[in-house]
Amino acid sequence: MSERIIEFRDALCEAMSEEMRDDQKVFLLGEEVAQYNGAYKISKGMLDEFGPRRVIDTPISESGFSGMAIGAAMRGLRPIVEFMSWSFSLVAADPILNNAAKMLYMSGGQFGCPIVFRGNDGAGGQLGSTHSWCVESLYANVPGLKMAIPYDAYDAKGMLKTAIRDDNPVFFLESERLLSTTGHVPQEDYTVPFGQAFVRRQGTDCTLISFGRPLHFCFEAAEELAKEGIDCEIIDGRTIRPLDIDTMVKSVKKTNACVVVDQSWSFASIGSEVASQIHRYCFDDLDNFVHRVHSDDVPTPYASNLEQAYLPNTRKICEAVRSATYNT
Amino acid sequence: MDKIETEQNMASTELPHVQLGKAPLPESPILLGWLRQMLLIREFEVRTMQAYQNRLIGGFCHVYIGQEAVAVGSIAAVNPDDPIVLAYRCHGHALARGMDPKYCMAEMFGRIGGCAKGKGGSMHMFDAPHHLYGGHGIVGAQTPLGAGLAFATKYEDEVLHDGKSQHVTLCYLGDGAINQGAFYEAMNLAGLFNLPVIFILENNRYSMGTAIERGTTMASELHTKSAAHGINHAIVDGKDVVSMYQSFKSIADWCREESRPFFVEAQTYRYKGHSMSDPRKYRTREEEAREEGSDCIDRLEKFLCDEHDLTTDGIKQLTRQVKTQVREAVDWAKNSPETPMDELYKDVYVDHWGPFTGTSKPEMLQGEDE
Repeated sequence: MSERIIEFRDALCEAMSEEMRDDQKVFLLGEEVAQYNGAYKISKGMLDEFGPRRVIDTPISESGFSGMAIGAAMRGLRPIVEFMSWSFSLVAADPILNNAAKMLYMSGGQFGCPIVFRGNDGAGGQLGSTHSWCVESLYANVPGLKMAIPYDAYDAKGMLKTAIRDDNPVFFLESERLLSTTGHVPQEDYTVPFGQAFVRRQGTDCTLISFGRPLHFCFEAAEELAKEGIDCEIIDGRTIRPLDIDTMVKSVKKTNACVVVDQSWSFASIGSEVASQIHRYCFDDLDNFVHRVHSDDVPTPYASNLEQAYLPNTRKICEAVRSATYNT
Repeated sequence: MDKIETEQNMASTELPHVQLGKAPLPESPILLGWLRQMLLIREFEVRTMQAYQNRLIGGFCHVYIGQEAVAVGSIAAVNPDDPIVLAYRCHGHALARGMDPKYCMAEMFGRIGGCAKGKGGSMHMFDAPHHLYGGHGIVGAQTPLGAGLAFATKYEDEVLHDGKSQHVTLCYLGDGAINQGAFYEAMNLAGLFNLPVIFILENNRYSMGTAIERGTTMASELHTKSAAHGINHAIVDGKDVVSMYQSFKSIADWCREESRPFFVEAQTYRYKGHSMSDPRKYRTREEEAREEGSDCIDRLEKFLCDEHDLTTDGIKQLTRQVKTQVREAVDWAKNSPETPMDELYKDVYVDHWGPFTGTSKPEMLQGEDE
């Protein structure tokens, strides 16, 4: 089978377009998604194909259009809400957390909320702290939502299709820094199920667990560490809710060492949650405590050098792996 | 497509002049039905307060006594499948929409027989078969949902069924909600996207203990707020069910026909405190007595006695009926079992995974086909 190499952003566009062709209940709304073709060109061409009733430009009004989409989802429509950045979702926290995530429960099973919220998450590059939010730790705390973070073009398409078909609210976190990356995406229909982590690199000495863009630095670190004779296994968690802890545990039982790489802040984070679960399930297997690499515990700085130092990067990951494997 | 694009982008800068006549009144039995509903709501709320005092109901609880005509008159004016969404003072609307009082009471009692299996409570009444999309506890949060329900009916009618938009959504809010940003965003979207939703401001003049003038600019000209979003308005006597109905029928018909939003200020008064713990020190007993002097139930009774042959005996009979009905509802709620433990992890997600056990419908829906 020949490889079909496309960009991450086009994979997202294909997922939305194919689902919209299959199901008229699916529609896209958000800032600049229609006439502008998407602030990041993810929805390019969709207005032309589906028209303004299904590809809808909204004003800058996150609380309003998120709530509006949730109301529509309560009637069984399947909106895809694009946040230009998840940073902007903070002003919509009430609708997305209180309404979308809790509607099924509070209505006693009467009204679900089949909706996808998607957009850029994490530092885009010198955007300053208000525009560089990593919302995963903040939002994953809330039961009732699912959360997915794709790393490559294949997963971007397959996981977004799963998200759109899911009957629950899905928070779909993309990275601006990954949108132009390319990968193989098959022509035929496929989905990537939620709750199945992916072992992206086999190794024997240390398990690296991450989600989304920091995986890129995990690969760089693994190459560097290989030169030192440390063989890393890299696990892409893919979804945070559900979390595939089993795949992670299986790996740690083999390597006896674990480093979690999470781009959110360390306190009460995805990293601390995963570490806690690994400690619990691999208590007798670990040769060292689970090490964690996060963004530094400060607001995201603008200055390029500070921002690079702040983010989880190759240097920090290498140091953590050496420490976890007693190779310091 | 060009035509549609124009329509979508038509955020009109001028309010079209809308001349709304008053709809004709329906026949006597319907009017009697309204009286029965208002009596039912009031009796229900009296028993709700008792039950709260007897600790059968917990949490926050807000009763609707005094405002009954708003829900009854407006809901009577729309079709049974027109969606409704509202704030936390929601028992009256649920009953006016047709929810059996026993499910409403059992919900407050936190029992499995409740409309939401005891998981929502007093502020969160949901009834799918009656197109009631909740009771919502965060002030103003229901207003974007209301825009969304209207968006959905329009999308269903026009895109899925390739026809003309033919529904109208009722979205209620209190006067406290008009200072929430969500409401302005909802109005802007409704105006922008031509959504057939009626925002019904139930102006009872107090947001909790804050008189409207103390928290709201232009408090005596609230319609200026909707006008800023290109939305037509009406001011209606919310203590007169006849007037409520006649105005709403015309407004709802117009919204349905034009696929446009509307803003209605229903002027009313809540007789009791904001919630069960409110001693009402922010207003005088004289003011309350004055307001209760033009009670919505008294006014409809007088109207029906004067013009529709209702007699004192007839009123007594209706009162007896609703007392019995509410007593039975309370008994039913008391006898409904506590919500079983296996419900704790139900309805979190539609599907089963991890500790979550999928979803199930409340007793109220059994026998309903979706």
